[in-house]
Amino acid sequence: MLEIKGLTAEIDGKQILRGIDLVVPDGEVHAIMGPNGSGKSTLGYVLAGRDGYEVTGGTATFDGVDILAMEPEQRAAAGLFLAFQYPVELPGVNNANFLRTALNAIRRAHGEAELDAVQFLKLARAESKRLSMPEDTLKRNVNVGFSGGEKKRNEVLQMALLRPRIAILDETDSGLDIDALKIVADGVNALRGPAFSALVITHYQRLLDHIVPDRVHVLAGGRIIRSGGPELAHALEAEGYAAMVAEAA
Amino acid sequence: MNAIRPPSALREGALAFLARYDGLKARLPGDPALRAAAAELFRAGGLPGPREEAWRYTFLRPLVEQEFHEPLVPLADCGPLLARLPAIDAPRLVFVDGRYRGDLSVPPVQAMVTTGAPALGPLARPESEKMVALNTMLAEDGAEIAVPAGVDAGTLLLVSLGTDAHGRAVAFHPRHAVHLAAGARLTLIEICMGEGAYLHNPVLSATIEAGATLTHLRLQDEAKGAFHLSTVYADVAEGGTYDSFALNLGARLARMEVHARLAGPGAAAHLNAAQLLSGNQHGDFTTVVAHDAPNTQSRQTVKNVLTGNARGVFQGKIEVARAAQKTDGYQMNQALLLSPGAEINCKPQLEIYADDVKCSHGATVGELDAAQLFYLRSRGVPEAEARAILVRAFLSEALDPITHEAGRAALEQAVAAWWETQAA
Ligand SMILES: Nc1ncnc2c1ncn2[C@@H]1O[C@H](COP(=O)(O)OP(=O)(O)OP(=O)(O)O)[C@@H](O)[C@H]1O
Ligand SMILES: [Mg+2]
Repeated sequence: MLEIKGLTAEIDGKQILRGIDLVVPDGEVHAIMGPNGSGKSTLGYVLAGRDGYEVTGGTATFDGVDILAMEPEQRAAAGLFLAFQYPVELPGVNNANFLRTALNAIRRAHGEAELDAVQFLKLARAESKRLSMPEDTLKRNVNVGFSGGEKKRNEVLQMALLRPRIAILDETDSGLDIDALKIVADGVNALRGPAFSALVITHYQRLLDHIVPDRVHVLAGGRIIRSGGPELAHALEAEGYAAMVAEAA
Repeated sequence: MNAIRPPSALREGALAFLARYDGLKARLPGDPALRAAAAELFRAGGLPGPREEAWRYTFLRPLVEQEFHEPLVPLADCGPLLARLPAIDAPRLVFVDGRYRGDLSVPPVQAMVTTGAPALGPLARPESEKMVALNTMLAEDGAEIAVPAGVDAGTLLLVSLGTDAHGRAVAFHPRHAVHLAAGARLTLIEICMGEGAYLHNPVLSATIEAGATLTHLRLQDEAKGAFHLSTVYADVAEGGTYDSFALNLGARLARMEVHARLAGPGAAAHLNAAQLLSGNQHGDFTTVVAHDAPNTQSRQTVKNVLTGNARGVFQGKIEVARAAQKTDGYQMNQALLLSPGAEINCKPQLEIYADDVKCSHGATVGELDAAQLFYLRSRGVPEAEARAILVRAFLSEALDPITHEAGRAALEQAVAAWWETQAA
């Protein structure tokens, strides 16, 4: 269970998160929506442990363990995964090697045997096929020259291989065509179960038709100003944020 | 007119080498007139110094502060050093303190090799390169390697071991020559290793006839206390290729200087390199590419990874003669500075006298990318491993074009070992 209490954070001395309270129980999928610049990606980065994002107050625990004190790689080993809004290109790093290194690092941290190249490729090929990724995706450099949608699918491929316990998907739907959206949603839904939870950041109701959330939260001005069931996303789609933000102010 | 006098330390350092020559000259093999001429040049010019354009960034003061002795008849047990040689299944020529050791060597079948005297070769220019004058004056031994027309001689290792068996620094100046007749092929893997303090000042001249290809992979992994000052000349005839990669990571002070001349139409030279330097190391990769014929091509991708207070130097000169129309020259120098104390000096120079040419050069200096590092770590990769991956990725444009599998594996291994000693 992910529990965030009164979380405040700043970048370069500028306060972005102004007191986030959020609980995502195991097995649930929560959506976060909100205007541009409201702090959604910042929340993801803070939870994943990116440098330069200074936590100034509050707590974040996963299964009762303080994750804010951990290194990013320790958070990953603990089961946290962030699908980046803007996946990073790694020129000179082969995608298959990257995926295998990541998977084996996590397996090592769990005391599991590492996969050799053959075992890994079998697994990776199966997963990338399931996500309808082009054949050569594994052979290319990580995200280099990938189309926007391919990059997002590559994030989902990583998630599928690393099998996190909680996934934060930061606008994984933006840039996807309609078929890809469905494929990606299927990828997330395939992981759903009592031991998996997700925080899905999105601007569009469309994704939530495929990944039906248990809860929807509206993040504005660094705070969660409203929470509700799936119907909240429909209301936002119809009315926009302005009225809700004005009401919360 | 006042003669420009080198700084006195360099002058005195030169005197020590001249005294050695005066004492030894009666016993040195090879053409005494050539040596005498080189000695005169060296006597007049001394060691190269910072007042010369080509030596502005590499100061040889530490070299002259070290006293060097004549190598003794090598009795040294080279077992431990030989055990560190990469496992490449190929014939090898082993030199210990600059002298050929037949007992440690496995001569090639497809190439003809002569040893026992300096292989002076036709290309060296002692009159303009002072370290070459020093080499010419004091060279005692070397390998002359010849591959007949149309023969693919496979792979040959040229190994230099510097020993410190007697606890006294030695200086050696081997002189090698490679001749590939028309259409011949050879992969020469040159490995320099050692222990203790010594000066290794080799000169190698490679004559590549029409349509021949010399692949020259070089691992400079000299002892921490050593000096490595090498000069390579490669002359490439019509349709020939000099395809080289140099890994400059050993020695306290190293300069690898390469002069490639593209003498015939369609000739090509690849002078890729990586310098990995740490602590107080100084590494210098200096190239001069002369495009003397039309339709010639040169490629230089040079990568520098510097930590501690290391200093890296890259100087790359491309000269395009009036006749060399349709020249295609490319040069890229990139540096990754992993610590605030590291420094890179980069000097590209283009001298173009033809009007229809394509020449480009560029340079970048940076640190490891924080976003890339975080991306890897967010996937569970520990920080040290993530840094290693990104450093290896940075080197890939220089390493990946190496098509010789065993050679590339050996170089990769050296890169990985270097990185492990940094992380430790
Ligand atoms: N490095 C930075 N320096 C200064 N301000 C920053 C930095 N990174 C983010 N911000 C600011 O923090 C605020 C929140 O950004 P964030 O990326 O979290 O928004 P978001 O909710 O994800 O928006 P979007 O919907 O557009 O993705 C924005 O005002 C942004 O400009
Ligand atoms: Mg965002």
